[in-house]
Amino acid sequence: MTLVRISDDALAIACGADEVAAAFTAAGCEVERVSSWGMHWLEPLVEIDGQGFGPATLGDVGAILDRSSAKAIGLIAEHPFIARQQRLTFARAGKTRPLSLEDFAASGGWRALERARAMPPAQVVEEVTASGLRGRGGAGFPAGVKWKTVLEARGPVKYIVCNADEGDSATFADRMLMEGDPFQLLEGMAIAAHAVGAAHGYIYVRSEYPHAIAKLKSAIALASERVAPFTIELRVGAGAYVCGEETSLLNSIEGKRGEVRAKPPLPALQGLFGCPTAVNNVLTLAAVPHIMFEGGASLYALQGIDRSKGTMPIQLAGNIKHGGLFEAAFGMSLGDLVNDIGGGTASGRPVKAVQVGGPLGAYIHPDQFHLPFGYEDFAAADALIGHGGICVFDDSADMGAMARFAFEFCAAESCGKCTPCRIGAVRGGELIDRIRSADAHEADEVETLPQMHNARKTGRSRAEDLQLLEDLCETMQYGSLCALGGFTPYPVRSALRHWPEDFSDGV
Amino acid sequence: MDRPDLDAIIAAHAGVNGALLPMLHDIQRGFGCIDANAEAAIAHALNLSRAEVHGVVSFYHDFLSKRDPRPVVQLCRAEACKARGVEAMVSAAEAAAGERVRLTTVYCLGLCSAGPAARIGDQLHARLDAEGLIQLVQSA
Repeated sequence: MTLVRISDDALAIACGADEVAAAFTAAGCEVERVSSWGMHWLEPLVEIDGQGFGPATLGDVGAILDRSSAKAIGLIAEHPFIARQQRLTFARAGKTRPLSLEDFAASGGWRALERARAMPPAQVVEEVTASGLRGRGGAGFPAGVKWKTVLEARGPVKYIVCNADEGDSATFADRMLMEGDPFQLLEGMAIAAHAVGAAHGYIYVRSEYPHAIAKLKSAIALASERVAPFTIELRVGAGAYVCGEETSLLNSIEGKRGEVRAKPPLPALQGLFGCPTAVNNVLTLAAVPHIMFEGGASLYALQGIDRSKGTMPIQLAGNIKHGGLFEAAFGMSLGDLVNDIGGGTASGRPVKAVQVGGPLGAYIHPDQFHLPFGYEDFAAADALIGHGGICVFDDSADMGAMARFAFEFCAAESCGKCTPCRIGAVRGGELIDRIRSADAHEADEVETLPQMHNARKTGRSRAEDLQLLEDLCETMQYGSLCALGGFTPYPVRSALRHWPEDFSDGV
Repeated sequence: MDRPDLDAIIAAHAGVNGALLPMLHDIQRGFGCIDANAEAAIAHALNLSRAEVHGVVSFYHDFLSKRDPRPVVQLCRAEACKARGVEAMVSAAEAAAGERVRLTTVYCLGLCSAGPAARIGDQLHARLDAEGLIQLVQSA
C-alpha cells in the first residue's frame, strides 16, 4: 500500500488538505497526517517516498499516484527552501506525526528532559545562559538571566507560563510549533520548571488558533505521565491582542481584564498570583530541548552573530511568492530573505516595503535590505525583529494608509490603562487624516470648544501637523506602559520617513 | 441539544485558580452571550462584584453581552492580509453579508503567507479571492 504523508497544519487544512487526504484514502492509500514542512505556497503538500507534490488539489490525486503530476517538486528534503535552512527548533517539521509519542521519542524526544533532571537547577540555568538564547517573543531578553531571577526568588510556589498569544500579523511559528511538535514545547516547559523550581505551568494560547488548542489539549493529556510531577494547564485567550504582553497575560490567566501592569515588580519576582513566574514565548521554550542535549548549549552559541545567538524561525508572509517558515542562524540579510528565499512578491510587482516584527515593527525600505537579521542590527536601524515575522508589500501599497492602520490597530487593541496609548492612538489616526487631506487644516470642532483652553483656535499648517505627529509619537514611545503604545510609532514614523509622498494630498 | 445549565457550568470551574475566563468561555459557547443574569451568578459564585465581572466581559472581544443568532464570518484585515489585497474585497463581502451574516474583523488567524484568510466557527479558509470570499459569506 502506498504511504502518503500530508500535513494536518491549520494552513494546509485551510488550503484543502483534509479533502486531498480523504481522496488518497479513497484511492486505497495509507495516509499519514504529519506536521508541515513550512513551504506554504506548496500546501497541501503531498509526500510519497520523500518526493513532494504541491499544491495538490483533488484533481491531482490520480496523476500524483502514477507519478505523472506536473506538480512534482522532487525530493522535499533537497528543495532549496528546505536545504538552505538550519532547523533546530523545527527539526521535526514535516517528518513526524504531531501527536505520536512514538515518533517524538524516536526523534530524540525527552532525552534533554532526562539529562536536565539529572542536573542541579542552577546548572541547567547556566547552560541556557551560555547558549545565548534570548526571548523569541520580541523583547529578546536573555532566557537564562530570567530563569536565574526566578530560581533565586523566594517563594513556596513558582510558575512557568508559556506565552502562546501570537497576535502579530505575519507570524505563525508558534502556531506551527504547537500544531506540529507540541511535545517539544511541553518538554521545554518541563525543563524550565525544573530549572526554576516550578511545579505547575500554564500555556496561554489565543482563541484564534482552534487547531493549536485542540492539539495542545491532546498533547498535554498524552504527555502528562512523562512530564510528571510537573503539571500543565491550557488557558485560552479571548481575542485581546494586548494579552501577548506578559503582564496583561498574567492578569488574564488570573481572570482579570487584560490590563498591563507597571513594572517593577518584575513577573520573575511577583508574577502569576503574586508568585515568582517565568514567562517565556513558545519558541524560546521549544528551543530549550535542543540546547539541553549534551553539548547543545555551545553548539547553539556558535550560531548567529554578535549577541544574536542560535537560530530564528523566520516567517515569510504577506505578498511573497514563497511564503512559509524559514529557520536560519541569525545574520542573513533581509534582502536575501525576501528576494532570494522568498522569491519576491507573489503579485510579481516590485517590493515597496517590508514590515518586520509584526504590527509594531518598522516598515523597511528596500534600500535597507543589506541589514543582517539580528536584534542589535535592526535596533541600530530604528527597527526591530520582534517575533521574526516578515511581511512583504508590493508597490500598490499605500503606506499612508498603513501608518493610519497602525494607529487604528493600537486604538482597537489598547488595554486602556495608560493615556499615551489609549488616547494617543485615536488622536494619531485623526492627525494622519488631517495630514493626508488637502483642506482640513482648520481647528476642528473639539479644538474650538471654549473648554479646550490649551488648544489652538487658529488651525495648523501641514508642517505643524507633521510636527504634532512627531511629538505624539515621542510621547507614545517614551510614555506608554508597554510595547503596544510604545512601539506603534515605529510603523508610523518609518512609513512617513521613507514614503512621504503617500501622506500627500489626494487620499 | 440540551439547554446548557448555567449553574452547572459555574460549578464545574469552582476551586480553579483564575476560573473566570474558562467559565466565561463555556457560558459564551453555551448561551451565545454572557448577559446580566449570568454576570450576577458568576459574581456571586466567585465572590466578585458584578462590576468586576462586567469589566472582564466587556474587555475581551470574544465575549458578547447580547446574543446574536446570525452566523459569523471573521475576516482577517491585519497587515499580511492587507498586503495580499483583502481591503479591496471588503465592500463586496459586506454587501453579500447584508443583515443575514455578521461579518467581523479579526486581527490575524496565523495564515499570513496564504491570505486573505477567514474563519467560520473552527473552519479556516485561506487564499481567498473576491469571488471565494463572497461564496463563503453566502454559504455561512
